[in-house]
Amino acid sequence: MFNDSLKQLSKRLADREISSVELTTEFLKRIKQLNPQYNAFITVDDEKALAQARIADQKIATDKAIPLTGIPVAQKDIFCAKGWLTTCGSKMLSNFVSPYDACVIERFNQAGAVNIGKTNMDEFAMGSSNETSFYGPVRNPWDVAAVPGGSSGGSACAVAARMAPVATGTDTGGSIRQPAALCGISGIKPTYGTVSRYGMIAFASSLDQGGPMAKSAEDLALMLNVMTGFDARDSTSLQRETEDYMRNLEKPLSGLRIGLPKEYFAEGMSSDVEKAVEQALGEYRKLGAETLEVSLANSSLSIPVYYVLAPAEASSNLSRFDGVRYGHRAKAYENLGDMYRKSRAEGFGAEVKRRILIGTYVLSHGYYDAYYIKAQKLRRLIAEDFKRAFTHCDVIMGPTAPTVAFDIGEKSSDPIQMYLSDIYTSGASLAGLPGMSIPIGFGEKNRPVGLHIVGNYFAEARMLNVAHQYQLVTDWHQQAPDL
Amino acid sequence: MQWEIVIGLEVHTQLSTQSKIFSGASIAYGAMPNTQACAVDLALPGVLPVLNRGAVEHAIKLGLAVGAKINSPSIFARKNYFYPDLPKGYQISQYELPIVEGGNICIQVGETEKYIRLTRAHLEEDAGKSLHEDFHGMSGIDLNRAGTPLLEIVSEPDMRSSAEAVAYAKTLHALVRWIGICDGNMQEGSFRCDANVSVRPRGVEKFGTRCEIKNLNSFRFLEKAIDFEVDRQIDILEDGGTIRQETRLYDANKDETRTMRSKEDANDYRYFPDPDLLPVEISPAWIDQLKSVLPELPQARRARYISEYDLSAYDASVLTSSREIADYFEAVAKQLPAQAKLCANWIMGEISARLNKEDMDITACPVPPEKLAALLARIHDGTVSGKAAKTVFECMWSGELDQDVDAIIETKGLKQISDNSAIEKLVDEVLAANEQQVADYRNGKEKAFNALVGQVMKATKGQANPTQVNAILKKKLS
Amino acid sequence: MTLSVNDVKQIAELAYIKVSEDEAKATLVQLSDIFNLIETMQTVDTSQIEPMSHAQDVVQRLREDVVTESDQRELFQSVAPQIEEGLYLVPKVIE
Repeated sequence: MFNDSLKQLSKRLADREISSVELTTEFLKRIKQLNPQYNAFITVDDEKALAQARIADQKIATDKAIPLTGIPVAQKDIFCAKGWLTTCGSKMLSNFVSPYDACVIERFNQAGAVNIGKTNMDEFAMGSSNETSFYGPVRNPWDVAAVPGGSSGGSACAVAARMAPVATGTDTGGSIRQPAALCGISGIKPTYGTVSRYGMIAFASSLDQGGPMAKSAEDLALMLNVMTGFDARDSTSLQRETEDYMRNLEKPLSGLRIGLPKEYFAEGMSSDVEKAVEQALGEYRKLGAETLEVSLANSSLSIPVYYVLAPAEASSNLSRFDGVRYGHRAKAYENLGDMYRKSRAEGFGAEVKRRILIGTYVLSHGYYDAYYIKAQKLRRLIAEDFKRAFTHCDVIMGPTAPTVAFDIGEKSSDPIQMYLSDIYTSGASLAGLPGMSIPIGFGEKNRPVGLHIVGNYFAEARMLNVAHQYQLVTDWHQQAPDL
Repeated sequence: MQWEIVIGLEVHTQLSTQSKIFSGASIAYGAMPNTQACAVDLALPGVLPVLNRGAVEHAIKLGLAVGAKINSPSIFARKNYFYPDLPKGYQISQYELPIVEGGNICIQVGETEKYIRLTRAHLEEDAGKSLHEDFHGMSGIDLNRAGTPLLEIVSEPDMRSSAEAVAYAKTLHALVRWIGICDGNMQEGSFRCDANVSVRPRGVEKFGTRCEIKNLNSFRFLEKAIDFEVDRQIDILEDGGTIRQETRLYDANKDETRTMRSKEDANDYRYFPDPDLLPVEISPAWIDQLKSVLPELPQARRARYISEYDLSAYDASVLTSSREIADYFEAVAKQLPAQAKLCANWIMGEISARLNKEDMDITACPVPPEKLAALLARIHDGTVSGKAAKTVFECMWSGELDQDVDAIIETKGLKQISDNSAIEKLVDEVLAANEQQVADYRNGKEKAFNALVGQVMKATKGQANPTQVNAILKKKLS
Repeated sequence: MTLSVNDVKQIAELAYIKVSEDEAKATLVQLSDIFNLIETMQTVDTSQIEPMSHAQDVVQRLREDVVTESDQRELFQSVAPQIEEGLYLVPKVIE
């Protein structure tokens, strides 16, 4: 049952083979059993979860169930959920019980899903290893010595360790895709503007995008059907016709043109990752796809550009955490200014402070043009590279991360090495394009490798089709760590 | 040395919308603390701003009224600084591409007209309030005002005296109320001025170092603060000193300005385009639609009053000092177009004095325009004298006889005697009874004529038409 | 570009984050590395390029001017560090 797909679980619920309360109880038990070691959840609330499960059971009993009714969903602790502690992985919000629901949470509630718990994450989503969390690192279910990736590391771990059937994540520069890859699961960051950011605690507003993490592309499609849609409370939410992300899953891939950016395959990728990617591409050719070389000439600049724009926006977004209206307030202070400075110094961890400082600097007088404006111009060049590439191909493929999961502590003292984990994912974020990662095998130390698939704007259904067809002929996505 | 004063004003007008600029909370004044601060206003984690159409429309209207350029796209930017009444740690404002750029306002100081250029007007959100009553050595923060829409209207440094600055502020104040974008309530902070003041030797082109004076919430304070600041700067310069660029605060109790912060302490606001808000596009069709609902502007109306009603520039200016007065005048004058001057005199005289006395606004005037017009018509057709009309007016003010002019005249016996034969008869009687004065007049004593008029008027208890009495007397005595 | 410890302290001051001398020194090393990485941006000529602020080329949607929010003070202040008489309390604000 823990390995079941959403369709299978829904069928069990519909057939009254199991109730949502029973299902929820099973997952809660598994969390109790595994979480002490893996630390994937910050908050688990049996009572709240079971209350939702009971409501779901009533819906099922009266045939009012829709897809996801009664299904436990792990929610990244970046989504505000009314009555739930919502920490964003930070000491700053370690006492923040959200008085309102994020749009994403509302949508899951409306669907009748069960919030099984709030997952651990890098503090304010800043990190690629989950080591910056105030609540301690999350461990990779495939190898407890390894990081799960980040920032949605708790969600990735929860799905990989089967503590939840599916989870939500958010992705600013790779925070869904990289942990999905490192934990051997599937994850998709949709087109910017597709999932409402309302109630999703902001890191870098122009890049942040919520998305699902699951075992398979099919499950991702079901999740996207719930998560996406216009929300008037988010000015960047796009007004589009509702789409069914399941609609293209079964289409054959013959004629699919896969673009392979020559810059990605040039250097930096470790050999085990390269091997797995080559094998996956071989599988795609067998499925009737053709591969061709494309160029993303400015891709090497995506990390520098990202590390100007994201910290700049973050430095401003995180100014609201001042200990006045909510959140951490220093115990002792001399005056108002001291209260601010101490509360912020105590409430934020090292990486968050580092990024606030970078952002403050690049926006400050005299540096704005040289850094911020320059980065925004390069952002356009990076987006145009993708645009050009998509005139030749339908999807772009490459590795999600340059290496398999690294060890806990291995890169935590070297920010630059850590930042380079997002080298393949940050480009699509800057362009606002949808990107996903699916498991394609194992590399060094038997740690998972992910394939990165980038599609054109709003091509999610096509990408899910591309991933699903691969998952029909392979079983990497069904492999689970033996826990 | 002869000094020239240079003044530019920044005026924050609170826009009279229903809801806040980026949230659906009410902006009504005077609510209990923090009861009108919603999740967005409190900057809870995860909340986002959505722009209020009404605020944008108000800004466009101001732009149209001052002949400015309406920028499309217009961009919102974050102004970053920390303050407890600023929940997000940044204020959403505009930096590059403000909604309104350029334009000008015509002011009148004495008999001269002058155009003051506007630099720009941009939309932004107001901050909350810090209450300094003592809460065990702490301050209380009320965020009801946070997010209230403001339009900051910035002038060029075109004013050369405090009188011009006050005239500009008053004209702008009248304009924003006229076009209905701001209630202009200065006590409640709906219209707040900051003045940039500098002096330079007359004839020198380069501007002197300026100081910005904040906290000017009345026209009187604006004038006094500028006068004090000008004297202060001139004193320093004449003593061989230099002016430090700084922000100063006007203290009304002491009638002085004092340093608030120097330029060195000035914040680095780190403006950048707000990633939560997209470029605002303002279509020509939208502008046209707003143009069509914009009322006739004060300046146009003033010009029309001069040409259409043959009023003096001064009268036209007074009558267009607010839309309510102008509308009142127009409603009266429409009934008596040929007697516009009479209408103007009554509104600027009797009505205005009476309103002042009762501390009332013209919108609360108990005598509606059509009733006043009826009264003025009776003056014009000779039914009542000007003097009697004032008595009628008082009756109307207090609501007697349903404000029916004719009924009041009738009941109070205020009707003027205009019957020629009746007056002739009276005149004959007066002449017969005052032979001495008749003789005096004929001997060249002009004064005797007036005495005779007086006698006739007295005999009619003032009700005879004086013009007719004069004419008849003249005829009889010639 | 070279940063100094003083620069770090000044940036921290702008960001309202208290840093000790030691923290400033440690941060300096990391920030310098990061800025070296960032500096690689300067190798590309962007003089003819328009800055890109948003991922999508769309315009701001406008909200109708209606009041949609009601008083939730009690709920919102349930997470406040210090309140009194409906006000958020902070150390004395000096103007």
